Amino acid sequence: MIKLLAPVLMGVFLILGFTLWSPQANSQQDDAVHSLRGTTALDENNEAPDLKKPNTGNRFGKAYRQQPPLIPHKIDKYQINLKVNQCMRCHDWPYNVREGAPKISETHYKNRSGVALDKVSRSRWFCTQCHVTQTRAPAIVRNDFTPATGQR
Amino acid sequence: MNEQDSVETGKERTGIIGLLHRIWGSLRRPTARYALGTLLATGFVGGILFWGSFNWSMELTNTETFCISCHEMEQNVYREYKQTVHYSNRTGVRATCPDCHVPKTWIHKIARKIKASNELYHHFLGTIDTPEKFEGKRLELATNVWNVMKKTDSRECRNCHNFEYMDFTVQENRAQTRHETAITDGKTCIDCHKGIAHELPKGAYEAEQKLD
Repeated sequence: MIKLLAPVLMGVFLILGFTLWSPQANSQQDDAVHSLRGTTALDENNEAPDLKKPNTGNRFGKAYRQQPPLIPHKIDKYQINLKVNQCMRCHDWPYNVREGAPKISETHYKNRSGVALDKVSRSRWFCTQCHVTQTRAPAIVRNDFTPATGQR
Repeated sequence: MNEQDSVETGKERTGIIGLLHRIWGSLRRPTARYALGTLLATGFVGGILFWGSFNWSMELTNTETFCISCHEMEQNVYREYKQTVHYSNRTGVRATCPDCHVPKTWIHKIARKIKASNELYHHFLGTIDTPEKFEGKRLELATNVWNVMKKTDSRECRNCHNFEYMDFTVQENRAQTRHETAITDGKTCIDCHKGIAHELPKGAYEAEQKLD
């Protein structure tokens, strides 16, 4: 029974797939939800997206008040694991003075009970959870967000 | 008296002692059969062959394949290095293990090779033969390398990287200013560039502060 069912099911899926992916079906669906592949036919290559390179010139402003500052330089292969956090080599006090880098916020030296610590709090250890490198990347989806500020 | 007796009682000795005597004798009094020129020519050619094969076999131990034939290197540091810019990069220039860890100049290279016998010793002892043991010794091993690089003014880095060849204008802003101050402060590469080809051990920055 199972031996018979498998090819039949495969056939059904194939037919379904072809009807869904045929050019007519695509043109009708243009306004609907797309897969990441978009409307490119299966035998054609998609256009390669631009590489989003970190912008290392000037610093971008914040888009909203509570935004974690963006990182204005490359951070490829910076080691942030249980052993070492390489960001702290420049952004931890007193290293930041020597390296001329911005110091991490004082809030990052407090643990979750509010006790001030000597080193960065373990709950703040993984920088890239909040801070990302800045890039000139257009928004993938439309966004109506307006920041909470009266100075417009 | 037959011939056998004369061999046993005479000056001629047999066995290994005899062989050594004969070698010593030929060293002290070379043959009278061949001309001095022949001896010199043979010595000359033999010298070339010896020197060539010596350097050739030393170069064999100066390859990445040789380095990672020990699992200590292959399983730990080599795999980390493969993720870094010295392995794969924009320009396609690669620095392999000996480029950074073995001096280029002959005399320093020989010194390093002699010191490497300690590494062989610990390989056979199995001092770091598991990833856990390696991790345990890592801070000490890394500090050793940093110390050496500090003492030699990062000689191996400077085989490729040189302040005088750097175009600061094409560097990132932070690199540009930092390299300029590094020159005036007389700093060396390893002072800042630690953990660029291998992962940093736990407590790396505490150890670094002690070094500075």
